[in-house]
Amino acid sequence: MKPLELPTMDMENKEVLRRIEITGDMLLNMGPQHPSTHGVINFLVQTDGEVMKRAIPEVGYLHRSLEKIGERCTYNGFMPYTDRVDYIAAMFANQGWAMAVERLLGLQVPKRAEYCRVIACELNRISSHLVSVGTMAMDIGAVTPFPYALREREFINDLLEELCGARLTYNYLRIGGVAFDLPSGYEEKVSSFLDHFEKILDEFNRLITYNEIFIKRLAHLAPIPGPMAIEYCLAGPNLRASGVGFDVRKDLPYSVYPDFQFDVPVGKGEVGTVGDSWDRFWCRVEEMRQSCRILRQALAQIPRDAQIMGKVPRKIKLPEGAEAYSRIESARGDMQYYVVAGPGENAHRVKIRTGSFTAMGIIDALSRGLMIADLVALIASLDVVAPEIDR
Amino acid sequence: MTFEEIQQRLAAKLGERIGALSPANKDPFLVVQAADLVAVCRLLKDDPDLAFDCLMNLSTVDWPKKNQIEVVYHLWSYPKRHSFILKVQLDRAGPEVPSVEPVWKSANWLEREQFDLMGVQFNGHPDLRRIMMPDDWVGHPLRKDYKEEAQWHNITTTRENSLEGYVRLDELAKKAAEAAAKKEVPS
Amino acid sequence: MQGFLDNLIRGWGHDPATWPWTQFVYLFFMGLFSFLVINFAAISGGIFSWAERRVAARMQSRVGPNRVGPAGFLQWIADAVKLLFKEDLIPDEADKVLFRAAPYFMMVGFACVFVALPFSHRLIIADMNVGIFYILAVTALIVVGIIMSGWSSNSKWSLFGAIRSAAQIVSYEIPAGMALMIPVLLAGTMSTQGIIRAQGAWPWQWFVFDNPAATAAFFIFFTSALAEGNRTPFDLPEAESELVSGYNTEYSGMRFSYFFLVEWGNLWVMSALAVTMFMGGWQVPFLPAARLDALAGWPAFFAEVASLAVFALKTLFFVFVVMWLRWTLPRIRVDQMMNMCWKYLVPASFVAVLFVAGWMLVVRAAPLLATAMHLVLAGAAGAAVVLFVLRVARNLRDTGDKFDFTSNW
Repeated sequence: MKPLELPTMDMENKEVLRRIEITGDMLLNMGPQHPSTHGVINFLVQTDGEVMKRAIPEVGYLHRSLEKIGERCTYNGFMPYTDRVDYIAAMFANQGWAMAVERLLGLQVPKRAEYCRVIACELNRISSHLVSVGTMAMDIGAVTPFPYALREREFINDLLEELCGARLTYNYLRIGGVAFDLPSGYEEKVSSFLDHFEKILDEFNRLITYNEIFIKRLAHLAPIPGPMAIEYCLAGPNLRASGVGFDVRKDLPYSVYPDFQFDVPVGKGEVGTVGDSWDRFWCRVEEMRQSCRILRQALAQIPRDAQIMGKVPRKIKLPEGAEAYSRIESARGDMQYYVVAGPGENAHRVKIRTGSFTAMGIIDALSRGLMIADLVALIASLDVVAPEIDR
Repeated sequence: MTFEEIQQRLAAKLGERIGALSPANKDPFLVVQAADLVAVCRLLKDDPDLAFDCLMNLSTVDWPKKNQIEVVYHLWSYPKRHSFILKVQLDRAGPEVPSVEPVWKSANWLEREQFDLMGVQFNGHPDLRRIMMPDDWVGHPLRKDYKEEAQWHNITTTRENSLEGYVRLDELAKKAAEAAAKKEVPS
Repeated sequence: MQGFLDNLIRGWGHDPATWPWTQFVYLFFMGLFSFLVINFAAISGGIFSWAERRVAARMQSRVGPNRVGPAGFLQWIADAVKLLFKEDLIPDEADKVLFRAAPYFMMVGFACVFVALPFSHRLIIADMNVGIFYILAVTALIVVGIIMSGWSSNSKWSLFGAIRSAAQIVSYEIPAGMALMIPVLLAGTMSTQGIIRAQGAWPWQWFVFDNPAATAAFFIFFTSALAEGNRTPFDLPEAESELVSGYNTEYSGMRFSYFFLVEWGNLWVMSALAVTMFMGGWQVPFLPAARLDALAGWPAFFAEVASLAVFALKTLFFVFVVMWLRWTLPRIRVDQMMNMCWKYLVPASFVAVLFVAGWMLVVRAAPLLATAMHLVLAGAAGAAVVLFVLRVARNLRDTGDKFDFTSNW
């Protein structure tokens, strides 16, 4: 059995270790099992006790070779696998894949199916953000907002379970439409949930968002200036919190998003610097509010008595080498699918680019000089989930 | 700017090194030589009308039939809100391409991932090591001709077919019965 | 208690000063009372663990333990029995002696405080005339236990937690001590019973409303007590989300439960001290202390029970407040916490002491000023309570929620 060598930090393995011993720093592992790294991620932390010199993320513990599986499955058959790319916001992964293949096929998705997709996706966005802000508050130490967020998420889970039968990995979208139509009475249930939820958002803000200690922990923490966010290709609420007002739903509209009126919250540095962790938190809370707006409009505008599946060939075969790129606004940012069609019924290559992957890339640069408690807050504010990073 | 305009802009600045846009099979792309890659990328980033400040995606595609590995760069410009696709075609035996990490920092992790999974060497990358697979993994999993090793640190990568046990028992019973039958005949 | 024992010995017909067996009786009763105190401390720790879980659950819209016993009341017994049965793990390279000894240091430091706590008019184990001084000194043993446990666990994360905790507790001893000096100044004695007798039963007679500096001192003391007890918002040493469990990560079984016993039992200690020093202790409304002393027979017994009930209720209210704070507030980072202690609480407590000293001189010249200040501050506090209740009602209305205490037991 070959002994495992320590991964290099500076490509000079033993020299780095020797230097660390001389300075008296400790080399610690934070993870891979740790209560507050969001998923199975390891951090190699060089610290003198409280202040970190470097924190290097090590990922790959949750690598399930989904991209290789995509080369083996049929186009329809890969849909459940996309759920697992980000199991907290699974609808978006479904939609990205569906849109990429529909682009390759040149399919037109019926209007009602698009509205169903939007309703499902926005509900999922709310539930994903609830998990994100809840765990972020819990990592900072306030345990109570987490059950509050999960309590609201239970309502959404019930709604989505009624819609597609699953609470977490939905497999609801299909190439060319959606799998199931909205059940009867669904619009009223979603409306009453929204009425209740918007008040809860205000309570949430009263409880934790503007709490003095919470602000002290998060304001001015790891501010990411806009150009740096663009350079490292951050996406989603992370990018918008840094002041870059880019949302795929507004700037490259897809599906039926042009039909809706909604705002895109952009970080303003309300209690600290623009792009600090509190801004990222606040962006997510405000996005939930905007999702409620979109949902109300979608429920009002959805066409009745229409079909939910387009005309899809029984076996999807595409010319070899055809490639398509789809971009959607997932809960964690700009999720992009690059699909190259293969000779038979499978894809030749599937590449999924997720927001969390690039967010991990920025942690090394941001973490110099932070304290360990701050590293936890930083990871939570970037809303990384391990399945998205590793796929 | 459309893809054609961008390609014309590039051709104007860099002349012969820029070829034609390949025809759209859903998305047109521009094939660049590996040696010109960094120059093209810098131009794409620094030119004020092009302003591609974001490398959205870096993927590699393995074409064993053409004996090529393609590296695909998807670029996006936040100021101008346009996108572009670059491709570099490399020899499958020794795929090497200059790293664009000096141009876009997001390439750091994206290139590491492709090095790990496809085996493409990115020359000039500050920290090229495996990212998904363990550091002492052998082979590049996303290649079409990738064969897993039988074991990694004494963990086998294959599993016995659980039905084999039953078949073997059946055969054992059959063999025992035949042996018993043979024994009886001579004696 | 010595007076009680001497009376007992005289009741048997001996003179305590000359009887040869006096010391033996003292020793026996000391043992008995220590047994009672340790049991009370441990059981109150256990009951508060149940209470905290129920309170936390209600605040988080859950139910909490409700299976074991009525309303889950026996849950802590079940947990204690389970922990007793657990494997007693000691990490291989841990320092075995220190690892084993550390929890006991903490228990000693914590249990010794109960000796000087006045539970009611006559119920106090030892009414020392240096009561407060003794309490402050003895709670410092907890730090020793924490550092020992962190170091001997042979784990860097545990060491982190231990060092953070030691720094925190030692730093917050100073504002706590200074804030506790203010009731001592106002009462003129360090004895806990003496401080309670110097106050009255009604809110406007409590030390907390004596003057603005005393109110500030109450809050300084309460905050420092939270920090000394490693309670949120100062629970960084046990920050679950960072250090798994800080200095008690490597502990399992009964040793682990000692740490938590101390933490929950400390709730009682903190609250009892706050009530004793600032909120009038066991003083019963309508029954001044002088009349209580004069009672005999059955009225005396009922008055004792009443004073015990008053003390217990006030202390339990503050225990609830500490729990409430834990489940509402996030935690403060280590450097922010040290900042707050040294840059804000320490100077504030010094200023408060000086203010109170000056105030006492002023009041000596104009006694009416004292009564006026008492009434004004108590009135302001009453108004704050009313406003708080109104605000809570409005929040409940806004979210369409309701205050539901009757379901899901």
